[in-house]
Amino acid sequence: MKKIKIKVNGKNRSISETYKLSDLIKHLKIPMKKVAIELNEEIIDKKNVNKIKLNQNDKIEIVHFIGGG
Amino acid sequence: MKKDNLIIAKKKFKSRLIVGTGKYKTMSECAKAIKLSGAEIVTVAVRRVNISDKNKPLLMDYIDPKKITYLPNTAGCFNSKEALRTLRLAREIGGWKLVKLEVLGDKENLFPDMIETLESTEVLTKEGFKVMVYCNDDPLMAKRLENVGAAAIMPLAAPIGSGLGIQNKINIQIIRKQTKLPLIIDAGLGQASDATIAMELGCDGVLVNTAIAKAKKPFDMALAFKNAVIAGRQSYNSGRIDKTLMGNPSSPLKGII
Repeated sequence: MKKIKIKVNGKNRSISETYKLSDLIKHLKIPMKKVAIELNEEIIDKKNVNKIKLNQNDKIEIVHFIGGG
Repeated sequence: MKKDNLIIAKKKFKSRLIVGTGKYKTMSECAKAIKLSGAEIVTVAVRRVNISDKNKPLLMDYIDPKKITYLPNTAGCFNSKEALRTLRLAREIGGWKLVKLEVLGDKENLFPDMIETLESTEVLTKEGFKVMVYCNDDPLMAKRLENVGAAAIMPLAAPIGSGLGIQNKINIQIIRKQTKLPLIIDAGLGQASDATIAMELGCDGVLVNTAIAKAKKPFDMALAFKNAVIAGRQSYNSGRIDKTLMGNPSSPLKGII
């Protein structure tokens, strides 16, 4: 299976070219309800993650709430 | 006594103490301190999920956002673009519209960059956010923030984390006089009495993080701040006596033997 390179939270990652955003989230065991996701600096509507196919050099940011003042 | 709620963006809160969730040793320490403080609003930061350590505890597992209002902040943002990106992401996490805007201008003193702050307030308000704005204690800037739709004015007492207490009471009083918006002292308090002073100046609330989280006994300090805010508010509502230069005996002079 062909692999593509993407960046997740600043770190390089190699994934199958058939991967959708939802596959990545599942693979990383990310609790969807507690995060927000950006793909190439655009916020993703979480309802659509299973429709979004990932491409070479995509940059993904997954954020959540942490302690802060 | 009639109900004396804190109202922000039409939402009612019984507690006038807002606390930050940063700088605690552990999540459970943070959660316990919040409980003791009686706070109903807590500030939280937006950061990358740690994808290499999936077992790291999550804030939401310790502080239930259904019971406590999360106030996402833009801590660490140094321009409008970063702040807007952060709060749009925060909204996406779960529909948060009530937010704390904080655009810093200097890494040493952590003073707010008011030009970027003003611009961001306007953009966010137009996007439907209710923006509680960390700002300097300048009455003119506070007025401008109000004019572009801020939901609350949150001037600093002193630099963030400095523990210096309120440095410019006059400015805070002038801001109080000119606005009906919630006025909340954000940043720089060091001990419980600082919160009482803020409330006695007529502020609607205080936002505290470091003074509780970094106290030697954070749980006791959380309780102290809770009581201090209540005392200050009661004192303010009670109407203090006039100040006089000379003494005024408390016991009647009539009938002295």
